[in-house]
Amino acid sequence: MSSNKKYWKSVEELEDKSSVVETLQQKEFAEEIPIEDFLGDKDNLADSKTSRRDFLKYVGFSTAAASLAACEGPVVKSIPYVVQPDRIVPGVANYYATTIADGFDFASVLVKTREGRPVKIENNDLSKFKGGVNARVHASVLSLYDTKRVKRPMIEGRNVSWEEFDRQVVSELENANGEIVLLTQTFASPSTTKLIQEFSSKFGNVRHVVYDTISEDPALNAFQSKYGRRALPHYDFSKVETVVGVGADFLGDWQGGGFDAAFAKTRIPENGKMSRHIQFESNMSLTGANADKRVPVKPSEQKAVMAALKGYIAGGSTSALSEKLDDAVVKAARQLRKAGSAAVVVCGIPDEEAQAWALEINEALGSRVMDTSNARVTRQGNASEVAQLVKDMNNGSIGALMIAGLNPVHTLPNSKDFVEGLKKVKTVVDFTTRTDETSQLSKYVAATPHYLESWGDIQYSEKAFSLMQPTIRPLFDTRQFQDTLLKWTGNDKSYYEYIQETWSGGLGDRNWSEVLHDGVFEASSPVALPASAGSSASAISYSIDDLDGEGFELSLYTNTAIGDGQQANNPWLQEMPDPLTRASWDNYITMSKADAEAMGVMNEHVANGGLNGSYVNVSVGDTVVQNVPVYIMPGQAKGSVGLALGYGRKAGVQEEMQTGVNAYPLYNDFRSVQKVKIEKAPGVHEFACVQLHNTLMGRGDIIKETTLEIFNTKDAHVWNRVPEVSLDHQETPVTSPEVDIWESFDRSTGPHFNLSIDLNACTGCGACVIACHSENNVPVVGKEEVRKSRDMHWLRIDRYFSSEDNFTEDIEEKEDASGLGFGDYIFGDREGEGSLSTFDRLESTADNPQVVFQPVMCQHCNHAPCETVCPVAATSHGRQGQNQMIYNRCVGTRYCANNCPYKVRRFNWFNYAQNDEFDYHLNNDLGRMVLNPDVTVRSRGVMEKCSMCIQKTQKTILDAKREGRTIEDGEFQTACSAACDKGAMVFGDVNNKDSKVLEKKNDDRMYHLLEYVGTKPNVMYQTKVRNTTEA
Amino acid sequence: MKKVIFRHSISRQLLLSVAFLFTFSLFAHAQDQTAQDTTAQAESGQAAETDAGAGAAAASLGDAAAGKELFNSLCAACHKPYSNSIGPALSGATDRHEMEWLYDWIQNSAALIASGDAEANEVYNEWNQTAMPAFPQLTESDIDNILAYVEQPKPEPTAATTGAAQSGEGEGSGGVSVNIILGILAFVLVLLLVVLFLVNKTLRNFASASGIAIPEKPKTKPLYQSFVENQFLLVVTSIFVLLTVGYFSYGFLMQIGVDQGYQPIQPIHYSHRIHAGDNQIECKYCHSSARVSKHSGIPSLNVCMNCHKAIAEVSPETATEEYSKEFYDKEIAKLYDATGWDPASRTYSGEEKPVKWVRIHNLPDFAYFNHSQHVSVAGIECQKCHGPIEEMEIVYQNAPLTMGWCVNCHRETNIRIEGNEYYEKIHEELSKKYGVEELTAAQMGGLECGKCHY
Repeated sequence: MSSNKKYWKSVEELEDKSSVVETLQQKEFAEEIPIEDFLGDKDNLADSKTSRRDFLKYVGFSTAAASLAACEGPVVKSIPYVVQPDRIVPGVANYYATTIADGFDFASVLVKTREGRPVKIENNDLSKFKGGVNARVHASVLSLYDTKRVKRPMIEGRNVSWEEFDRQVVSELENANGEIVLLTQTFASPSTTKLIQEFSSKFGNVRHVVYDTISEDPALNAFQSKYGRRALPHYDFSKVETVVGVGADFLGDWQGGGFDAAFAKTRIPENGKMSRHIQFESNMSLTGANADKRVPVKPSEQKAVMAALKGYIAGGSTSALSEKLDDAVVKAARQLRKAGSAAVVVCGIPDEEAQAWALEINEALGSRVMDTSNARVTRQGNASEVAQLVKDMNNGSIGALMIAGLNPVHTLPNSKDFVEGLKKVKTVVDFTTRTDETSQLSKYVAATPHYLESWGDIQYSEKAFSLMQPTIRPLFDTRQFQDTLLKWTGNDKSYYEYIQETWSGGLGDRNWSEVLHDGVFEASSPVALPASAGSSASAISYSIDDLDGEGFELSLYTNTAIGDGQQANNPWLQEMPDPLTRASWDNYITMSKADAEAMGVMNEHVANGGLNGSYVNVSVGDTVVQNVPVYIMPGQAKGSVGLALGYGRKAGVQEEMQTGVNAYPLYNDFRSVQKVKIEKAPGVHEFACVQLHNTLMGRGDIIKETTLEIFNTKDAHVWNRVPEVSLDHQETPVTSPEVDIWESFDRSTGPHFNLSIDLNACTGCGACVIACHSENNVPVVGKEEVRKSRDMHWLRIDRYFSSEDNFTEDIEEKEDASGLGFGDYIFGDREGEGSLSTFDRLESTADNPQVVFQPVMCQHCNHAPCETVCPVAATSHGRQGQNQMIYNRCVGTRYCANNCPYKVRRFNWFNYAQNDEFDYHLNNDLGRMVLNPDVTVRSRGVMEKCSMCIQKTQKTILDAKREGRTIEDGEFQTACSAACDKGAMVFGDVNNKDSKVLEKKNDDRMYHLLEYVGTKPNVMYQTKVRNTTEA
Repeated sequence: MKKVIFRHSISRQLLLSVAFLFTFSLFAHAQDQTAQDTTAQAESGQAAETDAGAGAAAASLGDAAAGKELFNSLCAACHKPYSNSIGPALSGATDRHEMEWLYDWIQNSAALIASGDAEANEVYNEWNQTAMPAFPQLTESDIDNILAYVEQPKPEPTAATTGAAQSGEGEGSGGVSVNIILGILAFVLVLLLVVLFLVNKTLRNFASASGIAIPEKPKTKPLYQSFVENQFLLVVTSIFVLLTVGYFSYGFLMQIGVDQGYQPIQPIHYSHRIHAGDNQIECKYCHSSARVSKHSGIPSLNVCMNCHKAIAEVSPETATEEYSKEFYDKEIAKLYDATGWDPASRTYSGEEKPVKWVRIHNLPDFAYFNHSQHVSVAGIECQKCHGPIEEMEIVYQNAPLTMGWCVNCHRETNIRIEGNEYYEKIHEELSKKYGVEELTAAQMGGLECGKCHY
């Protein structure tokens, strides 16, 4: 097939007779190599002292010397402490409870430190008020060792001492010609609030403006006008029976996130009951993907849905909806009413009216889930005040601006105005951890430490608090924002003492050390929340009623990996595939298939398996964001598109990680929904997508799924059938030993590890993926390698779409195929009954597909196909059920990877550590500090895979041996099972009769992946049950 | 018998000259040694004399030998005879104070201070008001004995040389007798050679004189040629050579990376012989993390200072012929330098210099070894792997640290289950399964690859 398309690499090529192009076409290397010059000069050659013989001698000698030197071991130095701290024993990990509070993620965590350096983040199980310990929080430990951090205070780019810095800034502040403004992230810290008040009274004329990069203003405004406080309601999702989400990604980052763990526990069917979740949304979000029923709706219609819901439940008019949508809303309303106080409606539309309706509906339902008495205060931003500030900066009334924990030059939608304004402010002080766009434009850069090096007290809600404590001595010459303020207000105390003073008497019957140990406590704040500034003249009122007209409705979102973009220089997060698109190292416009076809925008797979996509230009008003790649997203509401914020950072980000486009310019007035114009742009974008196949194609051996109704009424044999084979013409389950060609080893003594993964509780959040990276020293390979399917993730979360409305229909369709239908097929009949046309149909995803997430790691087969094909016995089986991979024995034949039915083995194509070609954290001394010292760093040419965290199970066993006791259930953990706060992953010893994992193994829902292969895996899955029962 | 004409033989001459040289050098060596011995003897004799003379003054106070015992048991914790420690140096105390005052002070210093005695208060304040415990059990004669001991003049470091000389002497006398025998033997050998040579010469002369022609040896094929022509021999030899080369190169290659006997020079000459051997300090006092951690841990310097705050120098008996007392004292000074300890003012300067020890036991990165498993759980003695550490002046790698060595031990060693609840069930089940009384580490799963490699 010939094509008229002309491919060109530069504009020059389009010109017909360009000499440059001609030369380049003829010769790859346009410049001649001066061979003649060199060889022609006989005299010079003859004069040369190095003869060919000498050359050979040198080569021979150096080769011999090098090989001899290789036989000699290097001298290794060991440097012990001069004075060893009491609590540090080399080789034994210490744990500290602390809190992340970067303005976007707020969560209580446990930090594992080895020899005084933090190496891993874990959940703090004492924290009842779960902050979301998501993938970003797990990865934040690597950001501590970021080489792009600001290492010392700077004035106009010059390194200075803190003394000089203080002297200069304080004198400028004292002589400030105009207002002093503190522009900060939400600190949600009583001590900081108090401190800022003291600072204000010292300097006078101080304004404190709080700004959240990802704004929750509409919800805050709605809550404020109803309840009088600037806060957000707390939702206790563990009490949920029915939840209706309208544009609210509440399993993701909606209103600060952290609701997923509680909600996931209601998804596990118990006594025939589980929660029901209906989602109306435009982008396919994690929440929609996990919903029992998902209705794709454009943002403008979402408001109508909210209005209708309000009408049906709290009374009032219901706006006109299409018949189909109205039916869905009526059913949802009925369901909500049925659940009564265990129902809740959550809304994510940036519209104050809609947000107020959500509160109203929940009040009308008498919802126990929504808790307004213990409101969340982790979002305090006020967009109106920020807008006013930019205005004031431009008219020159601001004398000094102090920015803390923010990057407004990059993240403000009206960043241009802000930059103009910055030029008119005499004193600009930026308190920052990393070099960024703002610090580059600031005269004074105050280096602040990472949260793992800082003190703090964090207020999640009106009653729940958490403490932040340093887990390592500051790596650089940094000083906390609060310590600096203390210094400038002339207070000699350290911030640590200041916090203690704030809380003296406020901890009730608990003492400071106890609270610091636990990390979390309940109290009432000793400091009043900052009084919200009254409605200023320029107050933004959020409404999305202006979306009519031509163009697409854009929903800006934050994705699981990068979030608001603070950790853009974190290679773990860049390489983490998005749970839904499975693409890494990118952001993109998500568009429905219908819209893409109408616009002539394509996604296609190329020969090497990579995904390519077209570019588009996106514009809001005059602002144009150019060359945004398009990802065709099943389930995207027609007429709407999505784009992730947080990408496109350039300053202070390593070149490899300057990925994606900056979507903040489209975030007009901090409103996440915008009307945009989209036009196709030339060029093809190369994605790094790790999953080539989107649909399940009716393969019920991989995902087993059923509905709650069938689950409750029918026998397990119906919905969770064990495959059978014929033995003497008798149907025999493949699990029975007599049809097995393998002999089983006796595994009845000692621990025998099993891992259960509940597809119902798994939301696909990816926390386990990062936890696994961090625990097992998994390398980062970069975008190019990921595109070649050489990603090294030991644990991947497969995402499957259904090609029909649900997976059951998929299976029926596949089963119903009769014959090959070759004849019909070659004549272009794609609708026939034959299997060829059926499979063709199954490959395309439905418009509103069902989604399922399935974490897959090494299945640790008892009859492992990989073990039998290894020519050097580098992979073998342990008595404890673990399939062991011995790196030092591996010669890299890759037979095992070929023979693995689950495709979980990863090959080290290169040396990823200390290799300039892979310039990620393993290539610098600072980044290598995050390595787990108990796990080998693999070298080139060896296979690796999930070890079922043998280092952790061995440690648990050793601890028990040393203490001379037996091991309780729950002590054995893998990195992934420990990271999963949803309870989707349960790990343990099946030889322990009381273990939870044994219970899971005997559960009716239990199945093994590809059971008919007969591999007898030690990892099991629990059948996905969907609550499709309509009320 | 035929007469042979004399032929010049290089090999014979060579042999002769070697034999001569050997005998000669032996005699020379023996002489040297005796010369040295005599001078050393003379020196030591002198030293002993001076010692005796100076000690006479102290002897008038009491019995120094009894005093030494008392001093070591009661006073040595805080005092040293010739240098300041927690308390002042005791030598010269009799010059500084009256005897009566000393009795009172030693028997109950607190009472003396309380009585308002000016002298006592001065001493008390000079030493940072550190109270000296009362010793009412000491009689005045006991105190006399102690003072007699401490007032002995400081022994000069001749002791070490004396020791060395004496041992040298012993060695020397043994050496002479052997040398003499060897010398005689060599002489006899030379004599024989000479006789043989003479006989040969005489016979040849006799033959030529009597006109007997010595028959020429018939020219045969040279040995190498016949060897090359014999195909069978060639094949067998080459196989043999190949096997030998293979054997040795295998041996060579297998010892690459095996650093058995590796004995690097450390920045501070720390002698395990003195600490673990002579003073019998428990290994885990310093290497405490071996009990709980995978690392045995190189002790941090503050652990050293627990004792070395009081021990600024070694006792003269510690010194060996190889390492003198000064040498050891200098090494202790290095420790003080590293920790920033000033022995004179007994304070830390705060200036710390971490010590860069050279690691002796280097396991590769892919092998996981946990000390606590072996030390605490299995109760294995450190010496099992580290060898006679209490005899090592400089520590060396005793074991090959190869996988075969590990595996061997796991096969041979039984699990220690006594009092360990963890093992109760699993040991019972497994021993039944294997039909043995006691399980080895291997049977317990100690040979599984993944137990050490991950």
